[in-house]
Amino acid sequence: MAEAATAVPVATGRRRWPSGPTFQRWFLGGWTLLVFAFLYIPILLLVVFSFNRSKLGIRWTGFTTEWYGKLFSNKSLLDSFYNSLIVASVTTVLATLFGTIGAWLLFRYKFPARRMLGLLIFIPMVMPEVLMGSSLRLLVVAVGGSLGYIAMIIAHTTFCFPFVLVGVQARLEGIDPSLEEAAMDLGATPVEAFWKVIVPYLMPAIVAGALMSFTLSFDEYIVSVFLSDATSQTLPLKVYGMVKKGLSPELNALSTIFIVATFFLVLITQVIKKRP
Amino acid sequence: MAVVAEAAPVTGGSSHERRPGWGAWLFLAPLLLWLILFVVVPSVLLVVYGFCERDGLGQVVFNFTWENYVRAFEWKWLKILLDSIWYAFLTTIICMAVGYPAAFYIGRAPERFRNLLLMLVMIPFWTSFLIRTYAWITILSNNGFFNTALISMGMIERPIEMMYTPFAVVLGLVYNFLPFMILPIYTSVEKLDNALVEAAYDLGASPVRAFSRVIIPLTRPGIAAGALLVFVPAIAMFAITTLMGGGTNPTIGEVIQNQFFRAQNRPFGAALGTLLLVMFFASLWFMHARKREA
Repeated sequence: MAEAATAVPVATGRRRWPSGPTFQRWFLGGWTLLVFAFLYIPILLLVVFSFNRSKLGIRWTGFTTEWYGKLFSNKSLLDSFYNSLIVASVTTVLATLFGTIGAWLLFRYKFPARRMLGLLIFIPMVMPEVLMGSSLRLLVVAVGGSLGYIAMIIAHTTFCFPFVLVGVQARLEGIDPSLEEAAMDLGATPVEAFWKVIVPYLMPAIVAGALMSFTLSFDEYIVSVFLSDATSQTLPLKVYGMVKKGLSPELNALSTIFIVATFFLVLITQVIKKRP
Repeated sequence: MAVVAEAAPVTGGSSHERRPGWGAWLFLAPLLLWLILFVVVPSVLLVVYGFCERDGLGQVVFNFTWENYVRAFEWKWLKILLDSIWYAFLTTIICMAVGYPAAFYIGRAPERFRNLLLMLVMIPFWTSFLIRTYAWITILSNNGFFNTALISMGMIERPIEMMYTPFAVVLGLVYNFLPFMILPIYTSVEKLDNALVEAAYDLGASPVRAFSRVIIPLTRPGIAAGALLVFVPAIAMFAITTLMGGGTNPTIGEVIQNQFFRAQNRPFGAALGTLLLVMFFASLWFMHARKREA
């Protein structure tokens, strides 16, 4: 440590970090590269070996798309895919609606106990999924309801909408307050001003939030374990069963589809968010 | 997702707020009702069920008892809880140590490059955690990439057992939670005022000192948010730990799930859930207090 202290002379012009001391820049850059290698090598191995002809999947024996074909003829897998699609779509609509309207209300009006309200919205974002799943299961059973699509949609919406709300709120911070007033001066009601002026301005954040909700819901496993029934098994539940069985080329293929889909989703979200 | 670091100021003040009329309340009501019905009420139910009894058929009977909570503190269950906390703690520390330098580098990189790097963190963040766990299983299994490669190179004769060990569990957790740590720290680093770091150097601070006395304190909100986003879910996570640990040393989440399903003992599951709930609120409160301090 004493070494480092003497290495930096006092006041020698502008210094930036990490664009200053070269050692630090290279160290940090190298470290970041290693982190990305750690994050991506396992994923890339899956992608590459999903095209491997060998059933054991470790030694490369030639290119094939056979496993993708098998995937699309697996009926129970396709059924679970449709189940996920239903749950994620309805969740997305509800979460986007709640999140957008909620963000606007909290931005525009001074509700009493707003700290409490903020906390209440924040909790489902970070609450352990086991707790959300098990407690909602108790509720469903207590009121004599049935598990399945509706229970899952309710749970997914609960933890998805805060993400939309927070994203929309971030964009609201940059809004011109006179926008709504101008609309109302021109004769719009508050509701009209919201739909015709505010919502278009918020669109990039709304779409990004919707895509986020869809992904969160589509990938949700733990909450769905507690709330699904035999006929509403979603894709992650099916995937879990497959992972538990061990290595299989079909699973590599399925993973690849997931990874590619996620890649495009993130790409689209980033592009949309950049819009002025 | 970087927004999570900023999630708390949901109620930030602004100059053009109005008192809510009945119309505003009308629109807020469904949202409020939803949160009460599906967050507050179920949480209360969890606590209440913990005080219930179970009859011979596994049905829940509403007879007040402390039995479940007393049982939850038996060493057998307490050890599982402590193990889960230990795994989560290790995961948080490793994610912090590994993630901080990367988050710092990304936050200080030139803007165009920065967005690309950020996207590269987002992709694993948004990829199904089951798939990402499976990816490590294909590497660590006895007939996985790692062992096959070593055997074919003649470095080992028999596969090294890596799956179903605490090492595999922590690796699986770190791999899955690392982006949760990088993103909030990145958000803090990006906002870090370069002038303050420069001032520290100009005043003769060593890089180590500038880092520990200026940079770390200024990025503390990001570190705290990252710790919250990793530690709390990691305690309760069960699918990763089941797949990587093989159920040999179950975590608290796994036990709760078992009580709800295989053991058919919902009151005891609820009691364990209540303990987790208390810990969850305690960590929320702790992070909140730290944030106020900062």
